[in-house]
Amino acid sequence: MADISISHLVKTYPGGTERATDDVSLTIEDGQFTVLLGPSGCGKTTLLRMVAGLELPDSGSIAIGGRDVTYLPPNKRNISMVFQSYAVFPHRKVRYNIGFGLLMAKVPKEEIDRKVRWAADLLQLEPYLDRLPAQLSGGQRQRVAVARAIVMDADVLLMDEPLSNLDALLRMNFRSELKGIVQDLGTTTLYVTHDQSEALSLGDQVAVMRKGRIAQLGDPLEVYDAPADQFVGGFIGAPPMNFIQASVSGDGGSLLVGGQKLLAPSMLSTSGGSDVMLGIRAENVAVDIQRSSGALPATVRVVEPMGSSVLLTVDLDGQAVKVQAPPTFRTEPDDTIWLSFSPNTMRFYDNETAMALEAK
Amino acid sequence: MMNPTSRVHPPVDTRPLAMRRRGRAYLQVAVLGISLFMLLPIYLISLAALSTRESLNRFPLSLLPTDVSFETLAAFLGSTGIVGAFGNSIIVGVGTLALSALFGIPAGYALARFAFAGKEPYQLFLLFTRALPIVVLSVPLAHLFLVAGIYDTTTGVILLHAALALPTTILISASVFLSVPRDVEEAARIFGCSPAGAFLKVVMPMALPGLAAASIFTFVMSWNEVLGASILTLDHRTLPAQVLTSLSDSPLAYRFAGGFALVVPSIIFIAFMRRFLTNMWGSTIR
Repeated sequence: MADISISHLVKTYPGGTERATDDVSLTIEDGQFTVLLGPSGCGKTTLLRMVAGLELPDSGSIAIGGRDVTYLPPNKRNISMVFQSYAVFPHRKVRYNIGFGLLMAKVPKEEIDRKVRWAADLLQLEPYLDRLPAQLSGGQRQRVAVARAIVMDADVLLMDEPLSNLDALLRMNFRSELKGIVQDLGTTTLYVTHDQSEALSLGDQVAVMRKGRIAQLGDPLEVYDAPADQFVGGFIGAPPMNFIQASVSGDGGSLLVGGQKLLAPSMLSTSGGSDVMLGIRAENVAVDIQRSSGALPATVRVVEPMGSSVLLTVDLDGQAVKVQAPPTFRTEPDDTIWLSFSPNTMRFYDNETAMALEAK
Repeated sequence: MMNPTSRVHPPVDTRPLAMRRRGRAYLQVAVLGISLFMLLPIYLISLAALSTRESLNRFPLSLLPTDVSFETLAAFLGSTGIVGAFGNSIIVGVGTLALSALFGIPAGYALARFAFAGKEPYQLFLLFTRALPIVVLSVPLAHLFLVAGIYDTTTGVILLHAALALPTTILISASVFLSVPRDVEEAARIFGCSPAGAFLKVVMPMALPGLAAASIFTFVMSWNEVLGASILTLDHRTLPAQVLTSLSDSPLAYRFAGGFALVVPSIIFIAFMRRFLTNMWGSTIR
């Protein structure tokens, strides 16, 4: 087990003009579960592959457990990996697949047997040990891939979208199982995904990436509650954060949203007279069918019952806003409802840079 | 709402089903026809080779194996140079296979996995060897081999056949290696294999069926090639070259026996390699 230290990593693919990773630095503590999250093409997989040694950086360095591994071949890094496509060896039985890494490391046969049985037990694979991967379902093949990775006692466990080829129900179940297994192992883990719910549920820390850079690094709740910029807020959460155009009055004392005046938080006192973007999560908008003080009128456009809640798309002075209402809330399209925002859940973003305005 | 079962159903239209059945029947007929087209000559030559000399001259010719005899075949195998030529053919076939695999498989792997300058022209250039007729190639080669002292040796024929087989070996094995997922190779590297180890332990076993197909191609090409082999050798002829040179002044029975002796080894080789072609690991590779 070891920590990972990534420093100023730059990589441009041959023939490409944009940097796949653009001066990325990231530290992962020993035993920490870090998730790299971002849309496709943001450089998250490139970063993981450089840690694995499957790609080499143009500049910068990677150290695992204090040892520089920047240009070391993959087999010399003492790492272990789960691939998106499972990448199990189709010509060998499950037993051989799981024990492959140990066999290559010339571990004694009894030891391999013992560890293969342990991993097979953990991942409910015992009945399949003597089958070929072609005789397994996708979910079972992914279990084989995970078993093969965890028997290794590697310093670092790398996972490249391991759940994305599984169907939705299986993904949910295996996600919690995977979290439990990694927790028990305590191995330093770097996990790549484009699924924000996976990132939030698994990670000790989440690094949201965009265009080769880390847009925000923090623990999952922090990233969810206080997105560092509009991109992060729009990428994380289902539905994504609402961004509503607002303007601050000249004295900085009030906020004009959807033709209504709200009391401006004190952090906006320095932004007097400027336009800002108000960010608020759907579940932080309270709805009422009756007018109350400080509430904003909005017209209901779409009503989507979700079971545990009702998702409303409403029109607030020409801007579409997603609102999560309690399941008992009854409304019809074209109704007028009243929205109120609780002050401490409102986030503010600079209109031009899209960066969060920090409380000064 | 209306109960769906209470609705009046239109009568079932069986015409599409009948059309489907007819299509299947046509397919069966086509399969049968093509099989006959391939099998009939083999059957006839086997029949003729296994008949006595007299029964061959009988009229009308019997199409059923009424009097099987190994007399003709034995006479053929007993005639001078045949057993030696048979051995030469096998040496040349296996040698060609080994040599073209030795160079063709790594070249195919490189084409499949690496991006390098001149990759496209290289692939085109490969086919140029086949663009020149063997007659054109053989005469300068014969001269070259005379100078080098390998004229009239199996080594010389192996070199020619390997050169002829390499383009197909390279291109087939490149497409075979393309079908081996890169992920699997990378997984082998992560779990402790050196590049060579990953190739031998993971990539090669997965590529084996395709490489077997390529080897059938190579062996049969070498077994059948006659022009180059007869120009480049005098006393160490391969079987087809030997049969060809003595064909015009030999009896009918001898020709059938020769044809039979040429067909059988290729069929045996194909039957053996076919094992690797059919899916090795249960259903599909992935």
